[in-house]
Amino acid sequence: MANLKAIRVRLSSVKSTRQITSAMKMVAAAKLRRAQDAIVQLRPYADKLNEIQKGLSAALRDTEIENIYAERKKGNGRVLLIVITSNKGLCGAFNANVIRETRRIMSEKYREHSRRGDLAVITIGKKAYDTLRKLKCNIVADHSDLYSGLTFDRVSSLADRLMQLYITGEYDTIEMVYNQFRNAAVQKLTDEVFLPVSMAAPESRAVVTADYIYEPDQVAIVSELIPKTLRTKLYRALLDSFAAEHGARMTAMHQATDNATELIRDLTLQYNKARQASITNQLLEVVSGAEALNG
Amino acid sequence: MKIEIITPDRNIYSGEVRSVRVPGRKGSFQVLKDHAPIISTLDAGPVIIADDQGAEIRFEITGGVIEVKRNRIILLADSVTQG
Repeated sequence: MANLKAIRVRLSSVKSTRQITSAMKMVAAAKLRRAQDAIVQLRPYADKLNEIQKGLSAALRDTEIENIYAERKKGNGRVLLIVITSNKGLCGAFNANVIRETRRIMSEKYREHSRRGDLAVITIGKKAYDTLRKLKCNIVADHSDLYSGLTFDRVSSLADRLMQLYITGEYDTIEMVYNQFRNAAVQKLTDEVFLPVSMAAPESRAVVTADYIYEPDQVAIVSELIPKTLRTKLYRALLDSFAAEHGARMTAMHQATDNATELIRDLTLQYNKARQASITNQLLEVVSGAEALNG
Repeated sequence: MKIEIITPDRNIYSGEVRSVRVPGRKGSFQVLKDHAPIISTLDAGPVIIADDQGAEIRFEITGGVIEVKRNRIILLADSVTQG
């Protein structure tokens, strides 16, 4: 039987752990709400922008548009991966999932590229940076500081730099790996192509009514809208990942709190048993001592 | 007619208006009731709204795109520097 003092010490340490995890759960819930609001705010802008661009691209399908963001037939085949994780841990398998997916992409989808050294990585999030650096990946930049004040302007300037890298022919493919936000408990691991932009015309060509006036003209509008949609795409991915992180942390901390509660129950039971046993022992000693004296 | 001014971060303005003046790529233009459908990219400059009371509201945008269709105006601004 474990001694009383040891159980007491253990009990108090589990109790304080539970206090911490339940506080973290509440903090994560509050942050999650704010992160979700940001996604909701972005949605009308992103949806409308996509609608206009898709409509225009569909109308322009037959006419050849000069599109520097389109797929290149001949290129150097270099690939850039943008790996988005969180800066902080304690959020379950959130970061591990992204890193596992990244490694899978490197060893399967772009196996040849990574062997030739034609695969580079940009990390957003300290967890990705730390882990991938240890794995000796070719990290060309780290933008973990984006999380301190996640605004559209700051994300835009990164998106602009990525577009520049694509246009100058530095890379032929840019892909993002991140957790998409589904709901507080569910994240969807996503591998999404950032560039090239597919000009895939939607089936619903009838969406575009020909009676619009275009200023300056359709081609100019489309080529101006593409960078805007790309910025929005990156911003959305980051907001998604940010919200997903807090969701994952909330779930993980909820679980931890439940486990601590369970442990406390068991320990309390053990403690009481030990206490009763020691009282019984003492009583026995007193009684048998008295009996020995009485003879 | 109705207008919505949206940036990626938030909804700046929405409501009934009498007229809107925007900094179009080919020069500033004004949208009044029953304007023909138009899609235009916008330069940096002022957006001037006359609301249904006739009061003037002014925003400075850094660029964007506007769509007008059946008395519904949607202005997607990159960012609004002053409201």
